[in-house]
Amino acid sequence: MAHTKTETPFYGLMAEFDSAQALIDAADKVRRAGYTKADAYSPFPIHGLAEALGFHERHVAPVVLCAGITGALAGYSLEYWTQVIDWPMNIGGRPFHAWVSFIPPAFETTILFAAFSAVIGMLAMNGLPQPYHPVFNVPRFERASQDGFFLAIEATDPKFDADATKQFLSSLHPREVVQVDH
Amino acid sequence: MEASQFPKGDFRAPVPVIQEGHSYRSVTDKLTNLVLTPNTPVVWFAIMGVAFILLTGLAVSVSYLLLKGIGIWGNNIPVGWAFDIINFVWWIGIGHAGTLISAILLLFKQDWRTSINRFAEAMTLFAVLCAALFPLIHTGRPWLAAYWLFPYPNTMGLWPNFRSPLIWDVFAVSTYASVSAIFWFVGLIPDLATFRDKTASPILKKVFGVAALGWRGSAIHWARYEKAYLLLAGISTPLVLSVHTVVSFDFAVSVLPGWHATIFPPYFVAGAIYAGFAMVLTLAIPLRAIYKLHDFITIRHIENMAKITLVTGMIVVYGYACEAFFGWYSGTEYERFMLKNRIYYGPMAWSYWLLMLCNFIVPQILWSKRLRRNLVAVFTVAMFVNVGMWLERFVIIVTSLHRDFLPSSWDMYYPTIWDFMTLAGTIGLFTTLMFLFVRVLPLISIFEVRTMLPEAQVKAPSEGGSH
Repeated sequence: MAHTKTETPFYGLMAEFDSAQALIDAADKVRRAGYTKADAYSPFPIHGLAEALGFHERHVAPVVLCAGITGALAGYSLEYWTQVIDWPMNIGGRPFHAWVSFIPPAFETTILFAAFSAVIGMLAMNGLPQPYHPVFNVPRFERASQDGFFLAIEATDPKFDADATKQFLSSLHPREVVQVDH
Repeated sequence: MEASQFPKGDFRAPVPVIQEGHSYRSVTDKLTNLVLTPNTPVVWFAIMGVAFILLTGLAVSVSYLLLKGIGIWGNNIPVGWAFDIINFVWWIGIGHAGTLISAILLLFKQDWRTSINRFAEAMTLFAVLCAALFPLIHTGRPWLAAYWLFPYPNTMGLWPNFRSPLIWDVFAVSTYASVSAIFWFVGLIPDLATFRDKTASPILKKVFGVAALGWRGSAIHWARYEKAYLLLAGISTPLVLSVHTVVSFDFAVSVLPGWHATIFPPYFVAGAIYAGFAMVLTLAIPLRAIYKLHDFITIRHIENMAKITLVTGMIVVYGYACEAFFGWYSGTEYERFMLKNRIYYGPMAWSYWLLMLCNFIVPQILWSKRLRRNLVAVFTVAMFVNVGMWLERFVIIVTSLHRDFLPSSWDMYYPTIWDFMTLAGTIGLFTTLMFLFVRVLPLISIFEVRTMLPEAQVKAPSEGGSH
């Protein structure tokens, strides 16, 4: 992010671990040590890793619920407005407001809105698409999408201190600790 | 039952989902190297060659259709619907297995889905694309289909009729296509990031980098990702059931004997999954051989899919029995005539018995565990089911229409060369897209396979431990 660039000389410190278990244990210690701006990187989802870092946000589901309800109302309103208000047409003597017939399209718009909100909401909360991120400056970070397990503490963390944090990360038995440039 | 409980080499011993001895690196290398290699299997070119010829046939037949109109097809009153709708229902049904594997099996925590969900989802997408072609071209004037099909404010102030099942179909199919596409794409994001990080080519690095949206595998991202993925699965489950239900309403809501039956929605959904699993098997068995995926698509996958094929097949057969029973029990002259015409004295009774052979008799061999594990046997059954499910729609649509209430309006139906070319053409389109996909994108979800490895199993750190 632009403002952090000016405040700190570098993005943070990154430690690499050998296994998923080592990463989740390290993440737990990082949280217990009081760090709040830390993130772990792994080539597959590890259950409990985000919680070990102190992440407890539950925003995706409410977004999907709201979008689903919006979709249902939008679909039904479209049907009601076009069939009853804008141009009512007598087709086979069926009622203009044939609510039973209006259910399938309204159901589909519910699904459509909910599904798109799940994806767009998830990406937006994650700040994706993001063309650039400092962690990619670490040469070995390309392993994070293959077989590498990484943990980074940001320099903007209130508890961050270049030397002390480096020492702390080294105490977690990582493979190595490197500085992440902006 | 554990494998160790059986004598060595016993065919009844369970097979692992992923063959033992793999690591993150070996899985990643094997599955990325299928794409990031200059070597394309010769078989790939052979299949693409045939598929491309068929696809060219589609281009020719659709062009001719647009030039001349739908008179080039064999359908005419009383058989106003024929190959176009048969092919539509057939393709959309095939798509259903992909969503079943990716969504419903995920909710049921069936871990074996991991090796097959990606290409099954791609299959869904391409099958829906083939299906969507038919409602579009069967109008004869697809440039007008926009206001026939979609409610947008046009200059005439006209709206589609929402009291018609045909417009429900438009909503169901377009929602299904859109949701399948994003579901598939979301699943691809982490694997695209793997490709970005593994490719040596700077151009491909950019292409995959853009497609991966800057994914970096952050724990917080994964947490939201998994939540969204689970919700998508939960949303897709009622969606997939609704799609073929709505397709069946196209028939069931009408008053035509042979169409007007309350069994249609569940019977169509089961038929869709049946057809879809047959198509997944039709694709999985050759892909496994071409790309040597024996470690990932084990005999357990084949066997499980064969079991689902058998179960859904039996539900479909139950549907046939119900249809026959309803027709007889209704006591209605027209319903009973329809049945007799369909089953024995109609000129198209052959199609009913061929259907029974393909969908009822042949799949019974899958009761045998030995045959469920025999690739040739399973592939043969899958081919029979592919044909059988097409015939089912032929039987329902054509035999019900060609002899309706008034004998004076009866007529025969004969498809033309253009009907066959269009059908073969969509098979070409489907195969072309499928094999292009296999060449440029990971056909097995790499990150999900990683989660299946023993070393990926972690214990959550103990709360309030010694540190």
